[in-house]
Amino acid sequence: MKEWISAGLLIIGVTFMLLAAIGIVRMPDLFTRMQTATKGGSLGIVCTFLSVAVYFGEFAITARSLLIIAFFFLTAPVAAHMIARAAYFVGYQLWEETVTDELRGHYDLHTHALDSGTYEVVVRKPKTGLPDSGAASGEKASAEKE
Amino acid sequence: MTPSEMGPLSSAIRVAWVMLSAGLVLAFFRLVRGPSLPDRVVALDLTATLVVGMIAVDAIASRQPVILDAAIVVSLVAFVGTVAFAHYVEKRGSE
Repeated sequence: MKEWISAGLLIIGVTFMLLAAIGIVRMPDLFTRMQTATKGGSLGIVCTFLSVAVYFGEFAITARSLLIIAFFFLTAPVAAHMIARAAYFVGYQLWEETVTDELRGHYDLHTHALDSGTYEVVVRKPKTGLPDSGAASGEKASAEKE
Repeated sequence: MTPSEMGPLSSAIRVAWVMLSAGLVLAFFRLVRGPSLPDRVVALDLTATLVVGMIAVDAIASRQPVILDAAIVVSLVAFVGTVAFAHYVEKRGSE
């Protein structure tokens, strides 16, 4: 019984990781690739290490597996967010069929500060890069917040 | 292959090796091909994730829970590397 549960969890986890790898080849631009790699990888790690914990069934190994899972859940989103943020700042082109870019006009490209959370929205002209980060959308946002 | 030679787990381990190896090949494809530096960093991150998965599979296959410590170290190094690469991309621009 223990072996069956462990084998099932292992197959599920490995399938998630393989899907992440397929996604990283098939997806059209960096941001979709990043999300598929991070989500698929995290879920795969969770299932695989649960399988390890079930298979050994000892306290020390279960604790270590849970530690690895917790560590992954802390670090994977941070790493993915940092790389996507860096790519957005250097003007990485979104996929041409992207429907919406909610960040457009909300990043101060000079100080790298995001304007959410401040009630006084200061709209600055972007220096470089991103396709005209319309002052219009920024002003609308500030109007709505007031 | 220690876990009960013909049980469900040994077949699962075989399938897991094949799938993880295929995943590594695909991630390596993106690492070589990736048009820009951030794409390569993402592929490298996924490679580290797959290696951590391989370590877990090997821990089951060889009944050696000791190597789980290596998995912790690999994931830590991968995280630090990705953060450093992100910082580097932000400073320098992608090419």
